[in-house]
Amino acid sequence: MAAKTLTIDGQLVSAEENQTLLEAARDAQIPIPTLCHLDGVMDVGACRMCLVEIVGTPKLLPACVTKVQEGLEVRTNSERLQRYRRLLLELLFAERNHVCAVCVSNGHCELQDLATQHGMDHVRYAYQAPNLGVDLSHRLYGLDHNRCVLCTRCVRVCWYIEGAGTLNLAGRGTGSMIITDLNQPWADSDTCTACGKCVQACPTGALFYKGATVAEMERDRQKLEYIVTAREKKQWNV
Amino acid sequence: MERLRLATVWLGGCSGCHMSFLDLDEWLLELPARAELVYSPLVDTKEYPLQVDLALIEGAICNADHLELIHQIRQRTRTLVAFGDCAVTGNVTAMRNPLRRAEAVLNRAYIELADLNPQLPAQPGVLPPLLDTVLPVHAVVPVEYHLPGCPPPADRIKTLLAQLLEGRTPQLAQHQIRFG
Amino acid sequence: MLLEDLIKIKEAELARRKKHTLRCCLAAGCISSQGQAVKDALDQAVQAAGLAAEVEVRGVGCLRLCGEGPLVAVDPDGVLFQKIRPEDAPALLSTLQGETSPLDRGDLQSPFFKHQLPLVLENSGLVDPDRIESYIAADGYLALRNVLREMAPPEVVSAITKSGLRGRGGAGYPTGLKWATVAKTKSTRRFVICNADEGDPGAFMDRSVLESDPHRVLEGMIVAGYAVGAEQGFIYVRAEYPLAIQRLQNAIRQAKQMGLLGSGVFESPFNFNIDIRIGAGAFVCGEETALMASVEGRRGQPRPRPPFPAESGLFGQPTLINNVETFANVPPIILKGPEWFASIGTDKSKGTKVFALAGKIQTTGLIEVPMGTPLRVIVETMGGGAPAGGQIKAVQTGGPSGGCIPASHLDTPVDYESLTTLGSIMGSGGMIVMDQTTDMVDVARFFMEFCRDESCGKCVPCRAGTVQLHELLAKILARQATQRDLDRLEELCDLVKHTSLCGLGQTAPNPVLSTLRFFRHEYLERLQPAHPNPPSAPPTPATQPPNTAPVNPGAPA
Repeated sequence: MAAKTLTIDGQLVSAEENQTLLEAARDAQIPIPTLCHLDGVMDVGACRMCLVEIVGTPKLLPACVTKVQEGLEVRTNSERLQRYRRLLLELLFAERNHVCAVCVSNGHCELQDLATQHGMDHVRYAYQAPNLGVDLSHRLYGLDHNRCVLCTRCVRVCWYIEGAGTLNLAGRGTGSMIITDLNQPWADSDTCTACGKCVQACPTGALFYKGATVAEMERDRQKLEYIVTAREKKQWNV
Repeated sequence: MERLRLATVWLGGCSGCHMSFLDLDEWLLELPARAELVYSPLVDTKEYPLQVDLALIEGAICNADHLELIHQIRQRTRTLVAFGDCAVTGNVTAMRNPLRRAEAVLNRAYIELADLNPQLPAQPGVLPPLLDTVLPVHAVVPVEYHLPGCPPPADRIKTLLAQLLEGRTPQLAQHQIRFG
Repeated sequence: MLLEDLIKIKEAELARRKKHTLRCCLAAGCISSQGQAVKDALDQAVQAAGLAAEVEVRGVGCLRLCGEGPLVAVDPDGVLFQKIRPEDAPALLSTLQGETSPLDRGDLQSPFFKHQLPLVLENSGLVDPDRIESYIAADGYLALRNVLREMAPPEVVSAITKSGLRGRGGAGYPTGLKWATVAKTKSTRRFVICNADEGDPGAFMDRSVLESDPHRVLEGMIVAGYAVGAEQGFIYVRAEYPLAIQRLQNAIRQAKQMGLLGSGVFESPFNFNIDIRIGAGAFVCGEETALMASVEGRRGQPRPRPPFPAESGLFGQPTLINNVETFANVPPIILKGPEWFASIGTDKSKGTKVFALAGKIQTTGLIEVPMGTPLRVIVETMGGGAPAGGQIKAVQTGGPSGGCIPASHLDTPVDYESLTTLGSIMGSGGMIVMDQTTDMVDVARFFMEFCRDESCGKCVPCRAGTVQLHELLAKILARQATQRDLDRLEELCDLVKHTSLCGLGQTAPNPVLSTLRFFRHEYLERLQPAHPNPPSAPPTPATQPPNTAPVNPGAPA
């Protein structure tokens, strides 16, 4: 496999042929913010947080699904990208009811962290305050749609790591909702194996262990990556 | 050095931000040298005074009184700081917004969830009418600076205040801009 | 099927022709105003009058003047009857004997018809869409036969390239280049998809083509399949077009029976099948990657490109996706030659374009004009301008992805580049005319509402951004907004345009941007004065606009 050499933020970086820009940047300790990306599952390029500029290309490209190419000149942190990322975060905070102060994930939330990283100290858009309900029917887990950012990380781990295919998306636009099976209460799902991978995958407080209260919901992301690495590379002691 | 005319205001919030303000401890003793507290829930002033230099606004705009007061404050104040998550985002006070209308909120609180004597508070003129939607302060009047946190820890308040008292444009460290 | 068979069918069909032909429009527009009943009544009247040997009553596709239906055209007299009711049948028939009647007659010599150049629509209104023989009589499937018997696949691709044909779905990508990419991508399987998921408000070009001349589209697809090396085609058509679906199904069955589709097309070694996939009505499924996901049976959501469908499309295979009108252009290019096609239109936009003319205009309907025709000719000369006393204010092209072109730019030639320069797009061919009573902010709000409702919800800027854009537009309309809201609107348009995943989001701000560009005053006159400044407001530092954050080093302001 041939290595590719490219420039990321002025730094020469060597990357494997099939790596994405995101992987190459992370290998070189260049941080690119992400939200819908989760190590171990396929990327969908949906949250647009990892958009980067490529010199000579008019369009912004998502680093998580864009492959490295020889000689690319990538900018990950221009003023324009920072502005866009902050706007995207404002849109997310305005879309549903993200009340950090009373959230199970307070202090362990990727959305909250992103807001901090981007200096988002207030939201200029109108809060939509939807009334979306909480599914507490499952004996172990809860799903609070009000805190969901529709990143579909839970859906992807459910389908591609666990293989259960319980979680899915229904509806469209801002009315999209994570559903279990055919939009039944979670407890009535025939397919859910109660593996809890979705809970591990959730970046916010939308999926949580029942009984967790404010700020108690910590996750072990490496577990998912460990499973995938073990399965695909037969490495059990990573 | 001329002392700054400082106000702190308590709108729709739990007063936790003011408690955090009191956590400034001994720095509070230095404060009077630099600022005069002209209006606050901590002092006995009924009317919001004229020509205030700096006001910390705790809480969201929840009812008709808040709405009237915040416009008055804006008129009479040079610099407004949205002080804490309720002022900045609506936060917990805005968690009633999905119910959409004030009547629905009152119904929920006083009828649906009542254990005894379900009834709506009916005496007029005692409590200000609720707004249908709780709003962060900047959705109603322009706000100069935002200080997130529920509540903002004392050191964060100090960082902001110290710079404002010196007449500087305040800068907060990245970790100090954090909800929750 | 061989060439001789094709000729035999054509001759037999021509021999069936009678002295008079009554062509009854049976496209969706006329059917919705009792067109089928009119045809049945004419059939009965012909029988009753004993004229069956002299008069043929033929159901045909669109006769263009959709606002005046039901329409009946009479050959060879060249008369077009409008707004015919079933009870008018005997009177209409009597005109064949030279009797006068008070029936409403359209003028086939009017500018509406005279400026048209029917190429995609050349059979529309002439052939019976339910009978393959009728299409063959109009030299249908001859192009396919010639391609299979006389041309190698690369020659077909190069003919399309030489013709200068560009995608009629809206973006105008060179069709020949797309075909070449699919043909050259290494794979054992390739697919051809016809995108018939026409969903722009006010657009009905593709529906008309499918309803009027379904075989034409099939032929174009089969030729494409041969050119790129595909054996399977799909037509993705929305469920809201039941008549088009029915005629396509019928056409596919007939083509199969005649050996024009299936194994050994025209008794050559080339196999090609076409299946119909019916879309459930999501606008986003007109986006090619979402469309392919839907064909595969998955949720119709777009995915990032690259890889482009030409390299990795349906089921991961190289896939050619073209629009209905693009495929319909293929047979004449083959028959008459790419040079002929390239001689029509402008330097960079060749051929013709079909438009659905609608809105505040005298004559609504379907038109086909050479590329480069000035907008003024279309809306004023052909469309007759705004209805009585009105004045054209703007023309909207490209639907929710397009923009509003002000009356001052009516002399713009209609081609891909000119419309893009004006902040609009060619789009698939919807053309909505607006008069002085139209509120441009409301138009922008309408299209934003459409995009908000049709956003698939996958990417954040489109899903959440369109909600906020719509809310800001509604606020401006309600005269509750300030300059700050307008700034926010523009900032958000910029975000949604540049960060959305697919074309739906990337173009959703276009109606706002184009109305802001040409009708900014309509926004400004609605703004509230800014909030009164505090009495002794400090001078705002240049880097610190009011109402922004305390800035932390390294973070965006």
